[in-house]
Amino acid sequence: MIKQEKNHKSSFIAAIILVAFLIILTLLETFGSQFPEGFLRKTFSSTSMLYTVLKKGATYALVTVSMNLLNGFTGLFSLGQAGFMLLGAYTYGILTIPSAARDDVYYLHGGSAINFSTQEIFGSLFGNSGVGGAVSLILGVLIAIICAGLVAAFFAYLIGLPVLRLKSDYLAIATLGFAEIIRAVFQWDKLAPITNGANMLKSYPTFSSFNITNSNGDVILRLSTVVPFLIAGVCIWIIVLLINSSYGRAFKAIREDETAAEAMGINLAKHKRLSFCISSFFAGVGGAMLAMYASTVQAKTFTSAMTYELLLIVVIGGIGSVSGSCIASFLYIACSEWWLRFLDNEIILSNGFKVPLLRNSFRMVVFSVVIMIIVLFFRRGIMGNKELPDLFKRRRKKPEQQEAAK
Amino acid sequence: MEYLVSIILSGISVGGQYALIAIGYTMVYGILRLINFAHGDVFMVAGLFMVYLSASMPIYIAIPLVLILTALLGYIIERVAYKPLRSAPRMSVMISAIGVSYLLQNLALYITGGLNQMYPKIQFLSDSITILGATTRRVTVITPILVIILIIVLTQLINHTKIGMAMRAVSKDYETSELMGIKINNVISMTFIIGSFLAGVGSMLYFSNYATVVPLSGSMPGLKAFVAAVFGGIGSIPGAVIGAFIIGICESAIKSYSMISVFSDAFTFALLIVILAVKPTGLFGEKTIDKV
Repeated sequence: MIKQEKNHKSSFIAAIILVAFLIILTLLETFGSQFPEGFLRKTFSSTSMLYTVLKKGATYALVTVSMNLLNGFTGLFSLGQAGFMLLGAYTYGILTIPSAARDDVYYLHGGSAINFSTQEIFGSLFGNSGVGGAVSLILGVLIAIICAGLVAAFFAYLIGLPVLRLKSDYLAIATLGFAEIIRAVFQWDKLAPITNGANMLKSYPTFSSFNITNSNGDVILRLSTVVPFLIAGVCIWIIVLLINSSYGRAFKAIREDETAAEAMGINLAKHKRLSFCISSFFAGVGGAMLAMYASTVQAKTFTSAMTYELLLIVVIGGIGSVSGSCIASFLYIACSEWWLRFLDNEIILSNGFKVPLLRNSFRMVVFSVVIMIIVLFFRRGIMGNKELPDLFKRRRKKPEQQEAAK
Repeated sequence: MEYLVSIILSGISVGGQYALIAIGYTMVYGILRLINFAHGDVFMVAGLFMVYLSASMPIYIAIPLVLILTALLGYIIERVAYKPLRSAPRMSVMISAIGVSYLLQNLALYITGGLNQMYPKIQFLSDSITILGATTRRVTVITPILVIILIIVLTQLINHTKIGMAMRAVSKDYETSELMGIKINNVISMTFIIGSFLAGVGSMLYFSNYATVVPLSGSMPGLKAFVAAVFGGIGSIPGAVIGAFIIGICESAIKSYSMISVFSDAFTFALLIVILAVKPTGLFGEKTIDKV
């Protein structure tokens, strides 16, 4: 009883901290450019890399956690994540491009086969300007994101029927192959009225569409960084709930030993399919978020290299740790997009000494060497299979345990 | 007729090149139970070796040097990235392979500066000849012949030498063969050396046809060669070769119809999924029974 109360208390505190963080983030992004000239202004002004990193990081956090659900918690080694993200991104794009912009986007194929967008459907109910416009935008985007997840989950169900019977590396290569097939199908000319062929989808609502503007078009409140955090946060929260439920325990049992799990009465096929579909659902949502982040979608960017990148983030964070995946994806994005950028430019010191090796794409070399070191020598990653709260708990308990040992 | 001949010829040629890569996959998988994701990138790096070496020395010195360097690269990768993980779970080794692949691609991107590198013309291979009315390069004809010769040599090596016997023993039972006094590490290194050497030969034939090397040009042939190895039954060398030829011919047939030519890559993977669903052990694979 006491323990449960404690748990409630700590999750309440965590929720308050999170809300405070989001509010501070909004305020920083909105008013960051009013800091006095200097470091603070450079870091927090609305055009800073910080927000790019946070947006992309939140997106990647969701996708890596969904991958971790499959690879880390269920022990299904799947490499199809990029394919499901592609499905999600395209579904989102196709459903939300405003019909006025469709001719422009699909100009190569003589207009689009679909001539509505979800936010316009709601727009006809709530009106298109002011509060009604905002509501219809939010609802439209939300419905489109959920559809993105459902489409990905549906395809995961279909592909799971033959593929989930396979073991470890065969499963990996089959799902990888599936992602490649999806990519080819979306670039097919015959489907161009829907998918726009090999050209990109654009002009749909992005994260910046959520910034609140006044009648002059000036931004009053910037919400573009908070929105991805909200979406990713809710999704990750659902995944955590799932992992802690009886389904999650069944997944872990399958990971530890399939035969033993089956003997305990766990329906292997059902639980594997469930895990695969749920993971793909959130990968689809993550794909939709990536589309919102990048503001264009093109099938050729969702390569197997993207899946590898996600897998490496999962490994860095620790296989089987949700908080590890989140931390690792923010670290990864921050390093690759922001902190290690200097490695790509030639640096000439004040005494005329030119630092050797620094040249375009040196950053990625350093990066992959670091990843190899982690893979080889720190196989448990940042968090191992622990979660963030576990770390605090252990530290608090340690003195007690030592006393008990005496 | 000429059209058909040219399709089949190019299919056989591509298939032969895939076969040379697929052998590397199938041998490593047979012994370590590891999909060596970096193998396709070793193939690409062999192409880059050739680009840079042929710029500074005559081609008849560059060719053997490229083969030696590629074999050495395979050896180093095994020693650095896979040997420390011998006792780790299989998934860690596969992740390490993906890491190596990532590293090689980024290294190639850094060294080439992201530019397409023109593959040097090997005069003898790229001369054009005419067979049954279809004009093609000589490499098209040489590939299958070379593949068959190399495979005969390889099967002799595996069936009639001491190291070959050790390889067969290790692939049958890893722990027992260690107890029998086989130096596992040497056998594994040898497997990687042979596999990389064949990938080096394959890269010469492949890039003589396609002429440009980019950091990503190894990943697709690598994956297709792996599919070929699975198709033929992983662990079986003749299976890998036959699978590679079938995939090569199907691919060039699909490429020739403009309606569906986008699906030339996708077809390979569709085939893979069908094979895995219907007969997971492939054409020539041995059925293994998991004991609990």
